[in-house]
Amino acid sequence: METIELKINGRKRTLHCLPNATLVEVLRDQLHLTGTHVGCDTTQCGACTIHVDGCAVKACTVLAVRSDGSDVMTIEGLAENEASHPMQEAFKACHGLQCGFCTPGMIMSAVDLVNKGCALEPSAIREALSGNICRCTGYQNIVAAVMQGASEMQEQSS
Amino acid sequence: MYQFKVHKADKLSTALDLFNASDEPAYIAGGHTLIPTMKQRLSAPSDVIDLATIPGLDAITLVGDTLQIGAMATHAKVAASSLVQEHCAALANLAGGIGDRQVRYRGTIGGSLANNDPAADYPAAALGLGAQIVTDRRTIPSDTFFKAMFETALEPDEIIQAIHFPQVDQAVYLKFPNPASRYAMVGVMLTRTAGETRIAITGAAASVFRAATFETALTADFSVSAIEAVTLSAETLNTDMHASAEYRAHLCKVLIQRGVEALTA
Ligand SMILES: Cc1cc2nc3c(=O)[nH]c(=O)nc-3n(C[C@H](O)[C@H](O)[C@H](O)COP(=O)(O)OP(=O)(O)OC[C@H]3O[C@@H](n4cnc5c(N)ncnc54)[C@H](O)[C@@H]3O)c2cc1C
Ligand code: FES
Ligand code: FES
Repeated sequence: METIELKINGRKRTLHCLPNATLVEVLRDQLHLTGTHVGCDTTQCGACTIHVDGCAVKACTVLAVRSDGSDVMTIEGLAENEASHPMQEAFKACHGLQCGFCTPGMIMSAVDLVNKGCALEPSAIREALSGNICRCTGYQNIVAAVMQGASEMQEQSS
Repeated sequence: MYQFKVHKADKLSTALDLFNASDEPAYIAGGHTLIPTMKQRLSAPSDVIDLATIPGLDAITLVGDTLQIGAMATHAKVAASSLVQEHCAALANLAGGIGDRQVRYRGTIGGSLANNDPAADYPAAALGLGAQIVTDRRTIPSDTFFKAMFETALEPDEIIQAIHFPQVDQAVYLKFPNPASRYAMVGVMLTRTAGETRIAITGAAASVFRAATFETALTADFSVSAIEAVTLSAETLNTDMHASAEYRAHLCKVLIQRGVEALTA
């Protein structure tokens, strides 16, 4: 067992894990933060997307021990003071989900692309979300949700 | 994944010592090739040696007119670097088109070159731009670096430290991505330096290669009409569920033509 320290959704945690544990296994199995999903074995689907030190990464492909000292944010940490994040609200308002399996990862990627100043037009958003696969929606409403969530995020920060 | 140990190296010499003291060692950079292959049990190292903890291995600098990119520079970092954009925009574009957003935050140039996936983008950049691969013990010209599918000139314990890209007059990278994996079905890096044309093709064969007949024709006359009659033999190209060898040969020529058009526009 290795001991690591992570800041998870603003809270410092000391964790014990095996060297072969991935970050998503630690989040789900030890901390019961089950909002982060696992949809594949090949690093392709993006359902496991979280933020590590401010960047969207696939938590299924990061060894937990290599994240020692990192600042981690999961979908559970996105909402502030119980109020949903504007991107979460926009997915709800635009019906940007059907089964919802891909949604946490989609939202974490969407927030990252807005934070990093990606051009907010449908083609650029589709490109920026290409690491997230949705089996249900056909992406139309996801793109609409990201456009709406992005403008609300910008309004809130201005 | 099978059980393994993780070691954090603080300098290159420690990484080498750890490697040589282990049964089945593997270096890890971004882990975005290694971890998926370990999950599928295609590789099962006993000891994983972390290169991310060695300071300074991800620096991007300009020395004279040589662009020096540290092995641990991520695709996102190379794509966003103003130094790379200014001195070799084609390289920044190539990095920004690798995989997807999340992969680009973790995957590294050193990992990509050491792995030499037949459909990876960076091998085309290194070979097409005439880069030098600088390791812990020597400098390897890109022309002798790529050996075969997933095989390079690196010794088992050798570590890539940096990649040096000389200044070229013009360069363009064109990629026909596989829509599912986003790797290159075919990727062409076309460059010109003092009138000489170099073309490196990835995705089409077992390993990246130079398109010599196209290079000769374009060095003599850099125009689309100069390569009208030039063809690429499909004999050594890949056939798989995505495309036949003939289709790939056709794609190579189309992308070269588009590259010439882009550089003469
Ligand atoms: C979904 C997905 C899509 C992708 N799409 C593309 C794409 O479109 N184009 C593309 O080119 N790639 C693509 N990749 C591959 C990605 O770019 C990898 O990150 C890259 O090929 C390997 O880099 P890494 O830093 O992750 O290496 P790692 O996985 O850490 O290592 C790969 C290998 O290189 C060795 N190694 C690593 N660094 C060094 C070093 N400095 N010296 C010596 N040996 C070293 C390791 O021991 C290992 O054997 C994709 C990957 C994924 C998961
Ligand atoms: S679970 Fe599919 S990319 Fe991580
Ligand atoms: S809503 Fe079902 S996978 Fe996207």
